[in-house]
Amino acid sequence: MPLLLTEEQSMLRDSARGLISDHAPVAHLRKLRDTRDATGFSSELWATFAEMGFAGLLVPEEHGGSGLGAVEAGIVMEEIGRTLMPSPFLATSVLSASALTRAGSAAQKSEYLPKIAGGQLIAALALDEAAKHRPLHTALQATRSGNGFKLSGSKAMVVDGHVADLLLVVARSAATPGEREGLTLFLVDPRAKGIAVERTIMVDAHNAARISFDNVEVTADHVLGEVDGGAAVLSGVLDLGRGAVASEMVGLSEEVFGRTVAYLKERKQFGKAIGEFQALQHRAAQLYIEIEITRAAVLKALQALDADPAGATAAVAVAKARAGTTATRAVQEGVQMHGGMGMTDQFDIGFFMKRARVCEELLGDANYHAAQLAQLRGY
Amino acid sequence: MADLDTFRRETRNWLEANCPPEMRQPMTSEEDTFWGGRNAKFSSEPQRIWFERMRDKGWTVPHWPREYGGGGLDGEEAKILRQEMAAIGARAPITSFGISMLGPALLKYGTDAQKREHLPKITAGLIRWCQGYSEPNAGSDLASLQTRAESDGDDYIINGQKIWTSYANYADWIFCLVRTDPTAKKHDGISFILFDMTSKGVSTKPILLISGRSPFCETFFDNVRVPKANVVGTVNRGWDVAKYLLQHERAMISGMGERGGSRPLGQVAADSVGSDGQGRLDDALLRAQIATFDVDEAALAAAAERMVDLAKAGQGHPAFSSAMKYYGTELNKRRHEILMSAGGIDALEWESERSGEGARPRAWLRTKANSIEGGTSEVMLGIVAKRILDLPGA
Repeated sequence: MPLLLTEEQSMLRDSARGLISDHAPVAHLRKLRDTRDATGFSSELWATFAEMGFAGLLVPEEHGGSGLGAVEAGIVMEEIGRTLMPSPFLATSVLSASALTRAGSAAQKSEYLPKIAGGQLIAALALDEAAKHRPLHTALQATRSGNGFKLSGSKAMVVDGHVADLLLVVARSAATPGEREGLTLFLVDPRAKGIAVERTIMVDAHNAARISFDNVEVTADHVLGEVDGGAAVLSGVLDLGRGAVASEMVGLSEEVFGRTVAYLKERKQFGKAIGEFQALQHRAAQLYIEIEITRAAVLKALQALDADPAGATAAVAVAKARAGTTATRAVQEGVQMHGGMGMTDQFDIGFFMKRARVCEELLGDANYHAAQLAQLRGY
Repeated sequence: MADLDTFRRETRNWLEANCPPEMRQPMTSEEDTFWGGRNAKFSSEPQRIWFERMRDKGWTVPHWPREYGGGGLDGEEAKILRQEMAAIGARAPITSFGISMLGPALLKYGTDAQKREHLPKITAGLIRWCQGYSEPNAGSDLASLQTRAESDGDDYIINGQKIWTSYANYADWIFCLVRTDPTAKKHDGISFILFDMTSKGVSTKPILLISGRSPFCETFFDNVRVPKANVVGTVNRGWDVAKYLLQHERAMISGMGERGGSRPLGQVAADSVGSDGQGRLDDALLRAQIATFDVDEAALAAAAERMVDLAKAGQGHPAFSSAMKYYGTELNKRRHEILMSAGGIDALEWESERSGEGARPRAWLRTKANSIEGGTSEVMLGIVAKRILDLPGA
């Protein structure tokens, strides 16, 4: 398959770009931040997302979705990355929808997936617990109790955790933290007794929460997939999420780069455009090359996720590692080349720097993924 | 799609039946490369068999037209062939500047007679070509070249000197940039011309490099008589041909950053530095360097694949090969720095059978030229800044 978008995919990109750039430029995020908006996103815009089929992009058609794949999810994420639009797309439409589609029972799928596709249900994946992304180190305890389980422990950086109608909680039902065996996914109502949700205001002004679980009772019906066998489902879901976040970082990097090159042509010092200085030209050219190479690596991973999800791990590790390194460089050069203006809150460039830092941590940073690749290759 | 699946299956079967096992081993010495030419020698019987079978199939240049001895494959088929060859570690049957550089320029700018004359000899490996571009005073500023071609009836008389001419001492023919109009602006008086290296007045002198080897020569022209019919493209418009050829040269050099048939760095390093109980390299920082390298190498391979796909779809940028050349060569230098570090003192031996006559350090030193030859890294970045980013004054 060529490493290019198909005609249909290009059309999807154009329609996502049109919607997002019209309705959610960076000013949209700025306003949500400055007004300390309680939900952190626009439910109106999310309804439009649902109408256009984006909310249910990955939901199978029989459950009211579009039944599309990783490449399409990446296309939407890339456009989100260009304007930093805050939305439930990653947590609900990518991570949760794919977890439910892969592992859900018939009853679970028909209960939740149509609502996701319709934009009526916000879902969040509660996974990380410590400072760094380490899925297998999950310690939140699931103890058998009667017919079901009791959950105790805490989660951090739950994206959209404080606005979610449904939590997908990764818990340890057997073995010890660090082991692949013994993870179980649960579908949990965030209003259940014993749950405390604390919205955390993050550097990027996007949604996140810390959630604690104190003997939260869940029935066996709320297990998603197999008891103790959650790691297999999780790794597929996380790889898809990583491909999606990598796409967001490609969009973000390209947007920052575009703005920076425009500034190099426009800003004059010493009587000429600063873009005439070779010191800046070469750095701009290097950054362009990094972004183009990363774009190819990310598309390669997305295509691999669609063609052979189980065999895509190495390509995904490459994509997420590259995207993180590239975005970090893009925002650093972006601020530096904008000079003093780049340091002001009034200028948008800082928003990109902050979001890039969060994307880098989401679902594993560049070091994590490079180490994954080393492990896969046996050294 | 079904046709491509069939093609893949047939290709896989054909390679399985026809690629000798010896030709699926990583190359270890310079003798493993077959260059073709009038004085070509095969270093082994499997090398001969593999070359001849691929030649007869048209697969020395799979994507060229069949009438010139190519395979007539389209972009998707050629990609499948590359993938299937890579899957079994098959070596390239021939390495040739005729294939990677001159051929594409002849296909675009050559006359029918020139194509019929030269392309079949390239695909059949009968003629080995060299490139006469750089001169002592025309390196990065290539267009300031001074080698003169003066009109004399139906011929040109060529005088001057080239330098860094790869393997000129083994080459049969040269494609050469010469100044046909000394009064025009520097880009406008250049022509692209072909001639036989056995012509009277051509001489070569190998240059000893830091690797202890002499892959490059000084090449001298003393009243060399060449028919005017050997000019490719329009007289005085040779710069267009030269630039087009450089795009292909840069794409070829950028490919040097890809692993090809050699062993993965992680394995090479494990042999010398050892591993801990969990199978991780016993040098955490070296492991990190290799992992980061592997990430970038895989990404570059994706970008190379995408560049071909974009070109095929008519969406490629002509200057993008400069971007790839920059990245691929810098990456290849990184690979060899890591190989030297992983090898430690074992990688320092310069002469001995044990070290393959210093294969590793010589290869390491050779890669330092990658970011100079075919346009320096700095020139590549300048081209990207000017032609792709449209930065002022670049």
